[in-house]
Amino acid sequence: MSKLSNAQIAWRAAQDIEDGAYVNLGIGFPEMVAQYQPPGRQAIFHTENGILDFGPSPAQGQEDWDLINAGKKAVTLNPGAAFFHHADSFAMVRGGHLDVAILGAYQVAQNGDLANWSVGAKGVPAVGGAMDLVHGAKRVAVITEHVTKDGKPKLLAACTLPLTGVACVTRIYTSLAVIDIVDGHFVLREKLSALTLEDLQAQTGAPLHLDGPLQDLTVPELS
Amino acid sequence: MDKTIPTLAEAVAGIGDGATVMIGGFGGSGAPIELIHALIDRHIATGHPTGLTVINNNAGNGHVGLAALIEHGMVKKLICSFPRSADPVVFTDMYLAGKIELELVPQGTLAERIRAGGAGIPAFYTPTAYGTDLSAGKKIEDFDGRPYVQERWLKADFALIKAHVGDTHGNLTYRAAARNFNPLMATAAKQTIVQVSHLVAPGAIDPETVITPGIFVQSVVQVTNPQQEEVLNRAKAVYP
Repeated sequence: MSKLSNAQIAWRAAQDIEDGAYVNLGIGFPEMVAQYQPPGRQAIFHTENGILDFGPSPAQGQEDWDLINAGKKAVTLNPGAAFFHHADSFAMVRGGHLDVAILGAYQVAQNGDLANWSVGAKGVPAVGGAMDLVHGAKRVAVITEHVTKDGKPKLLAACTLPLTGVACVTRIYTSLAVIDIVDGHFVLREKLSALTLEDLQAQTGAPLHLDGPLQDLTVPELS
Repeated sequence: MDKTIPTLAEAVAGIGDGATVMIGGFGGSGAPIELIHALIDRHIATGHPTGLTVINNNAGNGHVGLAALIEHGMVKKLICSFPRSADPVVFTDMYLAGKIELELVPQGTLAERIRAGGAGIPAFYTPTAYGTDLSAGKKIEDFDGRPYVQERWLKADFALIKAHVGDTHGNLTYRAAARNFNPLMATAAKQTIVQVSHLVAPGAIDPETVITPGIFVQSVVQVTNPQQEEVLNRAKAVYP
């Protein structure tokens, strides 16, 4: 395969979430990660608007509009769910109580800087909880296409778009590779086997370092 | 003690021009639609209030509730974290035309600023927004070797909130994720006006389950079967 689909990127990110982990998934693409938890593992999902342990969307017509997630979609509750107000919700976030936060990205820099909230001056700016979520979770991971729609690197020496947070990302799951951020460098952990290191480097805006064995990035075919 | 007000119109009668008003809810969940509509009714009848500063997580959706309040030209400034929605046309058009001010605040900082306002804490430090455009001009201080941004409390003249069950003393419980900003805003306003779906006598709410104690509440008005913004918007409702 030449690159992973969004579902396959989400699947790969889901494999690193441990059973019982407290996890916040960003609105949109990151929400797909919940569908691909390995059998036997059950993470507890947090949503900023005040629910721990919510479940999938209800059937159409069964929505309770007091029971929504941060993306304003109707959700259900798992046994053991809890409600709380917004200050407690962000105490969970900033206070270091979440195990994992997974967000989307416009750009990630080699020192872990993330840009994912604004593409510049045009339009209505909106930030939501992104700037809070990048601080406090024990692991802050990004899932993203490796390059932009017009082929430009999204993994860079330094971000050019407005930052969401400084030195906050710890791992990046892209459509081509899995990359950690260690001491201000991109450290390549996994790449698609069809891709040479040179090909991958050419699509990456800062040097890829190796540290230990390089694994093949293998994921199942997903619909 | 009886904090109940018989009608929505009387409940919002004291909100004057230029007031700062916190409005509870996250999107439509927990939004006090009937209280907002009562304020719009007053504006239609009397031309007041105008020039409001509104604090809410969002900027309304469709043409009901907060979006309708903005559409009627009653809001001078909005303090929020996420002024986008499925149908954001009202705020977007006014913002791009320069007819409404926006103070954009990260969501957790917004919540904590309101909590601090209610708790008498004038400022606090947070890691959120350090090194970003949203901390420009703010005081930065290191604690244990890490930089933090100083943020200030938020307080309001009025809070309009929605609760599920309330008693005549103003003790409140909420329903599901409709809690969100409501208990925080109740603490941070001089006058907290709450619409409750079920009004009960003192003692009918188990004290173990009270989320907002009545000390934070000044006025209670009963609105049975409150409207949901999402349902109104799916029906393409426009207020009034």
